[in-house]
Amino acid sequence: MRELSTRFTRRRLALMVPLLAVGLTATACSAPGSEQTAPEDSGAPVSTELGTDPITLEMYAETGFPLAKALADEFTKQHPNVTFNIREDQFTVIVENAPRVLASDNAPDIIRLPTMVDLVKDGLLKNLDPYFDAHGWDKFPASQLVQLRLTDGGAERGTGSLYGMGLGYSVTGVFYNKKQAEQVGMTQPPATIAEFEDLLAKAKSADLQPIMQFNKNTAGINFPYQALQNQFGDPAPIADWIFQKPGATFDTPASLKAAQTIEKWAKAGYFPKDANAIDYTAMMGEFQKGNGLFMFNGDWESANLDKNMAGDVGFFLFPGETAEAKNVAMSAPNTFGVGARAKNADAAAFFLNWVHTNDKAREISVNVGGSHPGGPADLALPPVTEGTVLAETLKASQQLGADNGAVDFTANATGGIFAAAITPEMQKLIAGQQNPEGYVKAVQAEYEKELSR
Amino acid sequence: MTSALGSVPAGSGTPARPGGADPRPAMRPHRKRWGRVVRWSGWLWVLPALAMYGFFVLRPLVMTVQYSLYRWNGIGAATWVGLDNYVTVFTDRDLLKIIGNAFVLIIFFSFIPVVLGLVVASLVRRITTGPGGTLVRTVLFLPQVIPLVAAGIAWSWVLSSNGLVNQALRAVGLDGITRAWLGEFSTALPSVGVIGTWIMLGLCTILLVTGMSKIDPSLYEAARMDGAGPIREFFAVTLPSLRQEIGVCLTVTIIAALASFDIVYISTSGGPGIQTTVPGLEIYRLAFSQRQVGLASALGVVLMLLVLICVLPIQRLTRGEKP
Repeated sequence: MRELSTRFTRRRLALMVPLLAVGLTATACSAPGSEQTAPEDSGAPVSTELGTDPITLEMYAETGFPLAKALADEFTKQHPNVTFNIREDQFTVIVENAPRVLASDNAPDIIRLPTMVDLVKDGLLKNLDPYFDAHGWDKFPASQLVQLRLTDGGAERGTGSLYGMGLGYSVTGVFYNKKQAEQVGMTQPPATIAEFEDLLAKAKSADLQPIMQFNKNTAGINFPYQALQNQFGDPAPIADWIFQKPGATFDTPASLKAAQTIEKWAKAGYFPKDANAIDYTAMMGEFQKGNGLFMFNGDWESANLDKNMAGDVGFFLFPGETAEAKNVAMSAPNTFGVGARAKNADAAAFFLNWVHTNDKAREISVNVGGSHPGGPADLALPPVTEGTVLAETLKASQQLGADNGAVDFTANATGGIFAAAITPEMQKLIAGQQNPEGYVKAVQAEYEKELSR
Repeated sequence: MTSALGSVPAGSGTPARPGGADPRPAMRPHRKRWGRVVRWSGWLWVLPALAMYGFFVLRPLVMTVQYSLYRWNGIGAATWVGLDNYVTVFTDRDLLKIIGNAFVLIIFFSFIPVVLGLVVASLVRRITTGPGGTLVRTVLFLPQVIPLVAAGIAWSWVLSSNGLVNQALRAVGLDGITRAWLGEFSTALPSVGVIGTWIMLGLCTILLVTGMSKIDPSLYEAARMDGAGPIREFFAVTLPSLRQEIGVCLTVTIIAALASFDIVYISTSGGPGIQTTVPGLEIYRLAFSQRQVGLASALGVVLMLLVLICVLPIQRLTRGEKP
């Protein structure tokens, strides 16, 4: 009898303890996230002085791009009381981590921000308007910062308060292999899309790879896709769509025509036939090995290509349908923001201002980052060596500025659009598993789904 | 837990000491108390582990169930949506396809390795002793030792358009069937499956070889005397004796198939399209890149239930006494 009761007690205990634990935890927690409230901007006056007290700025930056580190080192050299503690992660990891990192007690002072709408909605980013006034950023061309503005609550981008600054302002276009260009009779960059397609056909018949592009884990063919989309119609609706303006749609004739062109190019074999299995690193490797006449990419690779293919690479902005068409290109700031819970917000803003205005910093932005340093329009561009890709990308970014043709990346429209729609649908499109109409509709459907959440 | 308790001596049944008055009545209360203390001290020993288990396993489990009832981006305020997320899991065409992909992988992660493992184990059983046996076992077990991420990277090279597989095909004149195995819609999922087969085969073989070495040789002798050939011997003696080992193999590999993440993430990232996306990868994407923590949690709970539904019957069927 005792034996039985002992066993019974044991069994009961064995059941009871975990159940108790489960019960306790279940009752202990309330609705998730409900205690989080958006921090109010205190409206306290901001300072443009750095002071002399020792400061450690916490920075969260992208790995593989040495620009942030180079700028931080130079800043410490000029202002020895400020040191940096830099944490680096891959781009996609930052996208995933940013909300939690910014919501934590050790929120970084300066953080790389791929998409900012959700972060502003959750009150995780500092409104930089007071610094805009204090540092006189109104002297910067307004178009430079327009992508970094959000209305209150993050409902819409492109207007409202400033929430970020660029560590360089990137421009995308087409890199080309000069030797292969010569082989297909290209003496100067194509002036129209038709000329460009003509070169593709020539490359194909010369047994060259016309375009080297990745499309594996993130849709690299969205680069040529958006280049076409920007040119097949007014780019304003695309910008509206990216900025989440009410009523904006992806389902436009320009988007459809771009999808049809991509489908045509894929069928003609202008992309690598295993593009869906090629990732970004592999694409860069193949292009540098001489496999590919063209590559759609951004100026952040200029310094790299100048080093590894010195003198063999050129760059041009993607042409329009006519030779007179204005320059339009995907171009975005290498966005950095200040955490709402940052401990050294003033110093962080001072650093962002310094990056745009200090001669040495601007030089680093160009030579290490490969991009336009931004800043006041009247500041001269740092000199670069003629004949380099860097010189060409910098020239392209000035052309783009003159035409006011910068359009953000469609991939930045919402936090999930790239992973959830653009990437899988683009992979289907080039493999013949999706048609152009279906592509455009699928992207728009996912967009609406995300905005409704 | 129970085995720790089982070793605690019971309070009764101690033999009486010889000679003199029976000491039991006097000793009894003390012993009883002591026995109880010993019994409780068992819990004391497992308490740290239990606390860790409760905090790191049970608590997240309960929280996952809780989150699955909300629409939540992981940071801001959550909205109660009841079972909506579960309805989405069972009605969204993409999510259903993703769950289906995991079941396709069971064929590659589970059935093929177990069947192949039986064949290989039967073949290598005779050379398991001596240096040859050690070598064979090491080679077979190697995939288990290599981190899955490394295996994924190595295999994506092997299967790339200029990889070893295509080079071999070209060398024998089969240029026509070379392709980007992991990049094409028709071949991506089976290719991921093959990586899984490679990883799981070693584990299954080693388990089965171990199981075979425990089979009483007299059974084989008897079978042979009854005139059984090697094949008959296999089905009459080997296979029934390996019931428990096969059960373990199936359990481990089915869980690996349904919960797969690393191999897929590294080799294809779920592409092309969503051809190779599996629930594990989708849960991670939903939670961290699309910030739908509620839906991700619901899919997580569904995945857990699917694993249990698949594994529990196997446990039941294979647990029985060995014949």
